[in-house]
Amino acid sequence: MNPLQEITWLDKATINETQGSLHTARRVSGRLNLYRIPWLRPVFESRWPQFLVRLLALVGFVFAIVAGLFGSVIGSHNFAIIFVWIAWWSAFKLVFIPFGGRAWCSICPITLPGDWLQQGGILSKGHGLGLNLRWPKRLKGSWLQSSAFLLIGLFSALTLTDPRLTGWVFVALFGLAIGLSLVFEHRAFCSYICPIGGFSGIYAQTAPVELRVIDIEICAKHSDKSCYHACPWGLYPVAFRDNAACGLCLECLRACPRDNLALSLRPFGTDIGKPRTANRLDEAFLALVMLGSALVFAAVFVGPWGWLKSAAFAVGSLQWMAYSASFLSLNLLILPGLFALAVWLGQRTSRVKLPLKREVANQSQALLPLGLMAWIAFTVSFAFPKLGYILGVLNDPFGWGWKLLGAGYTFWSPDVSGFSPVLQVILLLIGLFLSANVTRRLAGSDFRRTVPILAFCLAFSLGMFWLLVG
Amino acid sequence: MRQEWLARILVILLLAVAVSIPVVGWWQRSQGVVLHARMAETGGWTPENLTVQVGEPLHLRLTSDDVTHSFAIGQSDQPAVDVIPGEITEITLLFDRPGKYTFYCTRQCSLNHWRMRGTIEVTGSSTTTETIKLPLYVTLGLDIDAEHHADVIPAQKPSALRGALLNQSVPAIYLSREYYLAHTPLELWKALRGEPAFQPLTGQDVWDLVAWVWQSNTAPQELQVGQQLYSTNCAACHGEGGAGDGIFAYSALTPISLPSGEGQGVRVPPVNFTDPSHMLSASPAHLQGKIIRGGMGTGMPYWGPIFTEDQTWALVAYLWSFQFELEKKP
Repeated sequence: MNPLQEITWLDKATINETQGSLHTARRVSGRLNLYRIPWLRPVFESRWPQFLVRLLALVGFVFAIVAGLFGSVIGSHNFAIIFVWIAWWSAFKLVFIPFGGRAWCSICPITLPGDWLQQGGILSKGHGLGLNLRWPKRLKGSWLQSSAFLLIGLFSALTLTDPRLTGWVFVALFGLAIGLSLVFEHRAFCSYICPIGGFSGIYAQTAPVELRVIDIEICAKHSDKSCYHACPWGLYPVAFRDNAACGLCLECLRACPRDNLALSLRPFGTDIGKPRTANRLDEAFLALVMLGSALVFAAVFVGPWGWLKSAAFAVGSLQWMAYSASFLSLNLLILPGLFALAVWLGQRTSRVKLPLKREVANQSQALLPLGLMAWIAFTVSFAFPKLGYILGVLNDPFGWGWKLLGAGYTFWSPDVSGFSPVLQVILLLIGLFLSANVTRRLAGSDFRRTVPILAFCLAFSLGMFWLLVG
Repeated sequence: MRQEWLARILVILLLAVAVSIPVVGWWQRSQGVVLHARMAETGGWTPENLTVQVGEPLHLRLTSDDVTHSFAIGQSDQPAVDVIPGEITEITLLFDRPGKYTFYCTRQCSLNHWRMRGTIEVTGSSTTTETIKLPLYVTLGLDIDAEHHADVIPAQKPSALRGALLNQSVPAIYLSREYYLAHTPLELWKALRGEPAFQPLTGQDVWDLVAWVWQSNTAPQELQVGQQLYSTNCAACHGEGGAGDGIFAYSALTPISLPSGEGQGVRVPPVNFTDPSHMLSASPAHLQGKIIRGGMGTGMPYWGPIFTEDQTWALVAYLWSFQFELEKKP
């Protein structure tokens, strides 16, 4: 079978269209190939630095699981809650995604045990145990990731505060990753299930890092396709049109005998603002789920409504069911409906007539900068005041009265009320501006086509302003 | 291949460290008693009952699993300590007398805060012999559940100062501590009203004299202690002003269900201490009985194992301040 047909994300027709744009892309200036920097190259070339970071992350998450399951039930005094939801989740949204795209995936420890079993080794391949079945075609795309994110959203108030539940959620994630590694080929869990992967996948398209083929002609003449065979995700770098799928594990760079792959720095938002070549409604839906979730999380965790917090917290109660119904309605009906309506209205006034599905997929790119900035702005309110707890749980990870950092250490909460509203307004305005810019680039000179999308983005921004700043 | 094995060993080794740290901590932790505090609705104290020998130190590690609580031991000088969520507070207790001690929460942690109680059974022999003293309401044989209403009430709040300024000579029998404890203000009012010497006085004047008699049985520091006890333990239901309108007052009317099955029973509103009909027909001994025994099925806790006798009387003294102006100066 032609390796091109093995690609999980894009069909062959898409790849053919992609090749042209990549060919052009390599001539675009403004890239800095990190893999060609002599002192940096060994860091990427050797598997050890990446493995050691991944190992530390694995130890951290296993420690968090143990702390979650056996430590204090008070979230603010349990390593699991603070490490996972304050330290890691904040770093993920504030650093990894905006600056590294899917960089977290390259050091994510959740799949390490599964990889080991599937590949038969950690740094090298041996006799793997997996069945290596192909992932069902009907389950491809990011629909399951969106569903997983919605599922976590339903229980978010409890998960983010209950160490036991957090522990079990990560036990489940590790278990699922191991199980899927043993049954399916490649990184099925990462590509199709992991909600964190879905989150980082869509927003990675805005990131200033990319992994791309340098000269596509060289690849065309290279019959071994060693990069494809080396990729634990089952991806073929020639097909990369954006950052959505690549987990930056760098195995392709290490495998390429022609040194024809580049890990480059690039301008922010390079992947977006170009017409889509496929009707990727799953990505559009994921982008809308991220917007809806940001709104609901901001309302529940930062908003002043005690009844809403109680309803989100009281899993199984009538109030929680009402909250769940509202949460799902917003994400499954209201936002997709409004967005489709905005696209349809834009189409009505446009000279260019594309199928609605294609136009929804196109215009959903405009939601990415806005969504990412909304999540970052939410994190400023949600996590910044709790950063002081990180030292607290390092001092006493289980809430058992340990004093690892000294007897006099106490928990403290920094006051961010002075700068956080200003910062949030700036972030949301940047998001709105970038989204408007993406819409404008997609519409070209056809300004009327952008108006409904801009109205949608503006309404969402106003909603976030209201929830975060008041 | 050597690198692969090194990587595998590192993974296993570091995972073992990550798991063994809490295991060691868990083992060390099991060496002492960890007393978990939770709101009464979700379990109260765990463990609820502790035992220790006389003279043997009881080392407790206190922690809260929900909100801030406080740990105190009834009828003891042991100062209350806060029990902070997720943090460990260590205390060591030493008992020199055998008996059953009640430990309790002193913070209004939930609607059923007062139900957060546990016991420490101190076993062993005592070096001193103690006689059990029955509470006054028991020795007087008072039926503290009987309905009582004053058929005469003052037009305005009686004032001890005005009573003193009347410069009347109240018979010594009415001034005694024994009389004060065992009689209602109404009984004293009627007794004084019947004295020929006080015939010229108005009814309000006699109420002022009653207030003065009540004040003369109340030390200023007693009022202070009583006020502090009232604010901490009673105001949440009875209200800071004594009108039965505290922030938890409505809960006394709400049917509740606790894991232990407690909480069922008569739901009545907290007593209004500013109601003259109710208060002027109750004696200090009657109030003492209510405090010690509690409301028997209502939301009124029993404070017998918590307050010392002096504390109970101090609280009773303070309760009269809702009926009488007890200040010595205007």
